[in-house]
Amino acid sequence: MIRKLTAAAVGLALASSAVFAASHGGGPFDAAIKARQAHMQLYAHNLGILGGMAKGAMDYNADLATVAATNLATLATLNQMTYWPEGSDSFDNENTAALPKIWDNFPDVAKKGQALAEATAAMQAAAGNGLDALRAAIGPVGEACGACHKAYRKPKE
Amino acid sequence: MTARWLKLGAALALAGAAVYWMTLPEKSDPAGLAGIKPDAERGRQVFLQGGCASCHSAPDATRETRFVLAGGRRFESPFGSFVAPNISPHPDAGIGQWQALDLVNAMQHGTSPAGTHYYPVFPYTSYQNATPDDIVSLFAYLQTLPADPTPSQPHEVSFPFNIRQGLGLWKLAFQRPGWVLANPPSPQAERGRYLVEALGHCAECHTPRNFLGALDRSRWLAGAPNPVGTGRIPNITPARMNWSELDLMTYFKQGFTPDFDTVGGSMAEVVENLSELPDDDLRAIIAYLRAIPAIE
Repeated sequence: MIRKLTAAAVGLALASSAVFAASHGGGPFDAAIKARQAHMQLYAHNLGILGGMAKGAMDYNADLATVAATNLATLATLNQMTYWPEGSDSFDNENTAALPKIWDNFPDVAKKGQALAEATAAMQAAAGNGLDALRAAIGPVGEACGACHKAYRKPKE
Repeated sequence: MTARWLKLGAALALAGAAVYWMTLPEKSDPAGLAGIKPDAERGRQVFLQGGCASCHSAPDATRETRFVLAGGRRFESPFGSFVAPNISPHPDAGIGQWQALDLVNAMQHGTSPAGTHYYPVFPYTSYQNATPDDIVSLFAYLQTLPADPTPSQPHEVSFPFNIRQGLGLWKLAFQRPGWVLANPPSPQAERGRYLVEALGHCAECHTPRNFLGALDRSRWLAGAPNPVGTGRIPNITPARMNWSELDLMTYFKQGFTPDFDTVGGSMAEVVENLSELPDDDLRAIIAYLRAIPAIE
């Protein structure tokens, strides 16, 4: 009787911890998902500096713009293989918006990544050459970000 | 007794005829287009303002290939599945045999060249306010785009919504002429009203619908369940839209949100079009969005 109760209690505890894990992360891909979200956050932070100057929300500063653009260009060339393991998609993990088709269309994903690398390299070359050059270079960066998000990111609910 | 039945029968037949007549598809008078000069360059602006590609390009279209209007995108709704048709200039698969007047009838009345009703998934309740000049120019521009041979797919709509004559009743009940924002506060907001209410058909996603799929104008642009998917489309009335003009211009031109995420969902394709419009148009849209009633 006691053994049965213990088994039931252990079973219940296991089941509830699985539920807890599902709703609070704790999945096998959490570290990878966190790492790539941090990568995206670094893009957004550096873009925020360039975009803030482009839209006139902050003063143009050639040195700061070049630093931010160099960061972007560097980020875009990092090999991200380690944080996109197979199975870490939005179908099986609720803490990511990465659609499963990323893993089915790898050549296209790589092509879109290459487009971002090119757009950010152009931004790196332009950012120190005045506000107009920076403004002209930011459109293609936004397009490159958006092209991948449009195809491979689950829309927000 | 027999006479009474006959009278009732006659009255019913008359009522039936009246309903039939009232639900006949409407067409414009060709004379209304006399003297209008088509301008394909202006037509391209109308094409971008109207977002034609966002529905009529192929399902896998990119920013570059979206000018091929092959159709084939599916829109799942409570009434069935609608499939966007081919509107490329192909003579058989597309609209290669249309005249400008056919496009006027389609956009202003929701009437096909064969004289049948279109489903309001084609947003003619918005496009009805498009000017004949803009439609004629749009038609000229559409003819310059690549012809594509992909055949249009039939809609998959079940009874009773598959009876097209019934759409005449729907139009009688729900196709309201005129504008929602009756008195725009400035010429700029008035231009924005044309772009948002007529061509841009923003309300088709940002305004909730009733059980027959008609827009609830009392909650104009106040956010709604996604009409063709999951999730919600946001409230963009002044009650919730607190982005600055700079934020909105950046969003429209580059697709960046104020925290430098990128535009998502079906809005991504809207921004592909907006980003190619002149700044004056985008500022007009913002002026309009500031002028509409704030609805929580």
